[in-house]
Amino acid sequence: MLAGSRPGVGKAATSRRLAPLCSPSPGKSKEAEIKRINKELANIRSKFKGDKALDGYSKKKYVCKLLFIFLLGHDIDFGHMEAVNLLSSNRYTEKQIGYLFISVLVNSNSELIRLINNAIKNDLASRNPTFMGLALHCIANVGSREMAEAFAGEVPKILVAGDTMDSVKQSAALCLLRLYRTSPDLVPMGDWTSRVVHLLNDQHLGVVTAATSLITTLAQKNPEEFKTSVSLAVSRLSRIVTSASTDLQDYTYYFVPAPWLSVKLLRLLQCYPPPEDPAVRGRLTECLETILNKAQEPPKSKKVQHSNAKNAVLFEAISLIIHHDSEPNLLVRACNQLGQFLQHRETNLRYLALESMCTLASSEFSHEAVKTHIDTVINALKTERDVSVRQRAVDLLYAMCDRSNAQQIVAEMLSYLETADYSIREEIVLKVAILAEKYAVDYAWYVDTILNLIRIAGDYVSEEVWYRVIQIVINRDDVQGYAAKTVFEALQAPACHENLVKVGGYILGEFGNLIAGDPRSSPLVQFNLLHSKFHLCSVPTRALLLSTYIKFVNLFPEVKPTIQDVLRGDSQLRNADVELQQRAVEYLRLSTVASTDILATVLEEMPPFPERESSILAKLKKKKGPSTVTDLEDTKRERSVDVNGGPEPAPASASAAVGPSPAVPACCDGLGNNLLLFCSLMFVCKNNGVLFENQLLQIGLKSEFRQNLGRMFIFYGNKTSTQFLNFTPTPVPRCGLDSLTRTHLNLQTKPVDPTVDGGAQVQQVVNIECVSDFTEAPVLNIQFRYGGTFQNVSVQLPITLNKFFQPTEMSSQDFFQRWKQLSNPQQEVQNIFKAKHPMDTEITKAKIIGFGSALLEEVDPNPANFVGAGIIHTKTSQTGCLLRLEPNLQAQMYRLTLRTSKETVSQRLCELLSQQF
Amino acid sequence: MIQAILVFNNHGKPRLVRFYQHFPEEIQQQIVRETFHLVLKRDDNICNFLEGGSLIGGSDYKLIYRHYATLYFVFCVDSSESELGILDLIQVFVETLDKCFENVCELDLIFHMDKVHYILQEVVMGGMVLETNMNEIVAQIEAQNRLEKSEVRQVL
Repeated sequence: MLAGSRPGVGKAATSRRLAPLCSPSPGKSKEAEIKRINKELANIRSKFKGDKALDGYSKKKYVCKLLFIFLLGHDIDFGHMEAVNLLSSNRYTEKQIGYLFISVLVNSNSELIRLINNAIKNDLASRNPTFMGLALHCIANVGSREMAEAFAGEVPKILVAGDTMDSVKQSAALCLLRLYRTSPDLVPMGDWTSRVVHLLNDQHLGVVTAATSLITTLAQKNPEEFKTSVSLAVSRLSRIVTSASTDLQDYTYYFVPAPWLSVKLLRLLQCYPPPEDPAVRGRLTECLETILNKAQEPPKSKKVQHSNAKNAVLFEAISLIIHHDSEPNLLVRACNQLGQFLQHRETNLRYLALESMCTLASSEFSHEAVKTHIDTVINALKTERDVSVRQRAVDLLYAMCDRSNAQQIVAEMLSYLETADYSIREEIVLKVAILAEKYAVDYAWYVDTILNLIRIAGDYVSEEVWYRVIQIVINRDDVQGYAAKTVFEALQAPACHENLVKVGGYILGEFGNLIAGDPRSSPLVQFNLLHSKFHLCSVPTRALLLSTYIKFVNLFPEVKPTIQDVLRGDSQLRNADVELQQRAVEYLRLSTVASTDILATVLEEMPPFPERESSILAKLKKKKGPSTVTDLEDTKRERSVDVNGGPEPAPASASAAVGPSPAVPACCDGLGNNLLLFCSLMFVCKNNGVLFENQLLQIGLKSEFRQNLGRMFIFYGNKTSTQFLNFTPTPVPRCGLDSLTRTHLNLQTKPVDPTVDGGAQVQQVVNIECVSDFTEAPVLNIQFRYGGTFQNVSVQLPITLNKFFQPTEMSSQDFFQRWKQLSNPQQEVQNIFKAKHPMDTEITKAKIIGFGSALLEEVDPNPANFVGAGIIHTKTSQTGCLLRLEPNLQAQMYRLTLRTSKETVSQRLCELLSQQF
Repeated sequence: MIQAILVFNNHGKPRLVRFYQHFPEEIQQQIVRETFHLVLKRDDNICNFLEGGSLIGGSDYKLIYRHYATLYFVFCVDSSESELGILDLIQVFVETLDKCFENVCELDLIFHMDKVHYILQEVVMGGMVLETNMNEIVAQIEAQNRLEKSEVRQVL
C-alpha cells in the first residue's frame, strides 16, 4: 500500500496513455507544464474536430486525458458533446467514461442536460443493472433540478420494485436522497414511503445502510410520516449490537459488527424523542447499555481501525443519549466514558470527547458530572499540541462555566491567552468577556478582568468588548470609583494598548472626579497622564480624548486654562483631520463662552445605557453561528435581559454632540442608544397591515387594544423556498433613558417554532400591558439562519401610547370647561407645522378617530376646526386628554394643541398626531 | 453529507478531486490549495479532524484526513457524519485501492484515473456512503474488469 514511498516508475511503462502529461517530479516549471498541456489540448481538439471518425477506444482515451487536465486545474471548454455521445454507446466501458466525464465536468445548468437526461432515461429503462447503476450514479452526482424534474417520479419506483437487484436498490436510495436534498418539492411522498421504511428489515446490509441515510433525511422534514422507522431501527440495531462478531461476515469491520450501519441507525433515532412504547424503549436502553459495556471490554485487536470503528458507534450512542436527555443513569455513564477518553493517548478521541462533553454540559442531569473534569480540561488547554484540540477545550470550559467556577475558568483562559494561537485569540477574548460579565458577583473583578484582557491581547479586543465595559461601569455606580482608580493605575504603564487609552479616557472623563481627592491622582495629574498618550494614538482615539478634556473642563475648573492651551495649540486647531479640528474649535469655544451652568448641563454625566443583550454575545454568535451559544442565550432570556440591539450605531460627530442634544457628548461614539430605521408612522392610526418586508421575510400585523391591554398577532412569512432555521423573534420593550428599573410596557409571548419552511407562515401572539405612559415603541428583534448566513432584523413594533385611548363624548360646554381647567403651561403642548398631505376634511376626521379619541362635532365655534377627547388608560393611571386641530388652508399649515393632566402624555400624543397630517 | 473528496500529494498536486456540491472550476482549485495548506502544517500524529476552510462552508464543515506516505486523503463533511466513521471509510477506500491495484502508489492514481474514480463511485455516491463492505466493492470492480475485457476481446 502507500505505506512506503517507493519509486513507482516500473508501473509507468505498462500504461503510457497519460505519460506525456505527467510530471511526477515537482521540480518542472509551471510554464513548461502549461505549454505542454496547451499542446495536448490542441491535439485532442483537432482529433475531435477532424474528418476521421474516432473509434470508441480513442474517444475514451481523449476524454480520460481531458479529465486529467481538468484535475490539474485547467479549464476544459470542449469535449462535452463527445462525452454525451459516449453515453449512448452500447459498450459498457465507453458509457462508463462518458458518465464519469459528465458527473465531474458538467455543471447543473448546462444546456446539454436535456441530451444527458435522454440517455439516462434509456439506461434506466434498459433493465440492465449495470447500466441502471451508471445512470443512477450520474443523477446522484449532478443532482440538478432538471434531473429532479425528469426522474423524481421514476427513482422511487425503482427503489421499491420487488425485482430490483440489491446493488441497484442501494444506488436508487441514495439517488433519491440527493434529489430530495436539491429539490424536496419535486419528490412526491406516496405509498412508496411505507415500503422504504421496511427496507430497514432488508437482508442486504448495504441496502439497509443506504435506506437508513435516506430515511434519516426524509424523517427530519416529515417526522410523522416516518415514525414507524423508530421501532424498526431499534430492533435492527439490537440485532447488530448483540450479534457475535462473525454473524455479519463481510459487514464486520475489524471485529466490529456493521459499524457504519450502527452509526446511521443511531443518527436516525436522533430525529425522534425517546420511543413511547415501553418495550421499544427498554430494548433501546439495553442496546445503549451494551454499547457502553463493550467500551470497557479489552480490545479484540490492537489495530487502530478496530478502536476507531468501535468508538464511532460509541460516540454516536452517546450523542443519542444526550439527545434524549431523559435517562440520568445513561447520561452519567456517558459522561464517565467521555471522562476516560479525555485522558486517552489517541488525540482523535480526546478531541471528540471534548466536543461531546460540550453538549453534555448543557444537560441538567450531567452538568455537575461534567464539571468534575475541569482540571483535565484545563490541563488539555495547557498541554495539547494540537490547536484543534485546544480549541475544543476552550469551548468546553466555556460550556461548563457557571457561578461556582467562573473565577477559575476565566483566570485559566486569561493565562492561556498569553500563548494562544493567533487564529483563536479573538474568540477567546469574546468568551472571557462574556463569562466575566455573566458571572460577575463583584464588578471590581469584572473590571480587572477586562483590563487584563486588553493588556494581554489588546489587538484582539474588538470594539464591542470595550464598549461593553464602559456600558457596565456607567450603569453601576458601585464600581465607578474602583474603575477610575484601576484605569488610572493601568495607564501608568509606559506602553499601554490603545484600547486601554480609550477605556481610560472615557472612564476618567466621566468619573475622574471620584479619585481626584487623592493628590497622586489630582486633576492635573490625570490630564497629564492621558495627554502623554495622546500623540501616539490614532485619530478616533484622539477625538475621544478631546471629548474627555472638555469633560475635565466641567469636572475640574482648575485645569481649564491648561486644557484651553492644549486645544488652542496649532496641532489641534489646525489639525489636518477635519473631525479633530472641529472638535478642538468647538470645545475651545464652548469652554470660553458657556457659563458653568450650561457647561454642567452640556457635559453632564452619561445617562445609564438601556439594558440589552451584550453586544459581545451577538458578536460571538455571528462568529460561531447560533447553535454553539444557545445555552447561554437561553439563560440570558431567563434572566429577562433584553435581546440584541438593532443595527450598529453610526458614530456621532462632534458638531452633533455639542448641538441641540447636549447630554450626549461626542465621546459616546458607538456606545449610544440605537435608533431604528423603521419608524412605523403608518400604524399610529391603524392596527393591521404589513409591518416589514424584504427579499426573505414579510411581517404582517393584526392588533386589538382595550383600555390598558392589547393583543397583537404577528405573522412571519418566509418568502423564499429555503427553510429558516433557529428562527427567534423577540419583542422587547425599550425603556427610555430615564429609567432602568421601571417598565412602561409589559410584553408577553411564547417562542415560535424555530424552523420556518420555505413559503410557510408562522404566527406569534404578543400580549401587551401598558403600565405607565411611554415614548419608546418596543422593538421586534428577529434572528434566523437562512442558507449559511445569520440574519438579523430589528423593526419597531407600532405600539404607541395612543393605542390605549378610550374615546369620550362630551358637550361643547363640558369640553371648554375642562379645557380651561387644564390651563397650566405644563399641561398644554402645541405644535404648528406644515401639511405633508393634502388637507382633506374627511381624511382628517378618519385619522383622528383612528388615533383613538372621540371626534366631537359642533363643539368648536369654528366649524373648520377639529376637536377630540379621550382617556389614556395605563395600569397606574388614567389621563384625560383634549385635543384641538386648527387647519389653515391658505398657508397649508396646522396648529395642533393637546391638553392633558400629564405633561409627558401631552408631549407624546402631540408628537404622534403631528406626524399624521 | 460528504461535500468533497480531495486527494493530493505532499506537494499539493491534486491526484483525485471529487465535489458533490457544485463549485465553479476556479473555486475548486482554490479549495484544493487552501485545504492543502491547512493540512500540510499539521504534524503527523495529531488529530485527524480540523475545522473546514473558509471556502467550503466554514465552521459547519470539518476536514477529516489521513496521510499515507506521499498522499493526503481529505474528506470534507458536514455535521451529519461521524468523524471516526469517515476516518474508517478513508481506510476502506485506500485498502480497496490497494487490493485493486496490488500495492497501490501515487502513479496508479495518475495513470488509472478512471479506475480510481470507478472505485470511489462504489464507495461514495452523491456525497453519501454507498458501500462499506470491501469484498462487495472489490467484487463490483472485478465484474467491471470482466466486462471491459470481454469488450476488448470483441473488438479484437
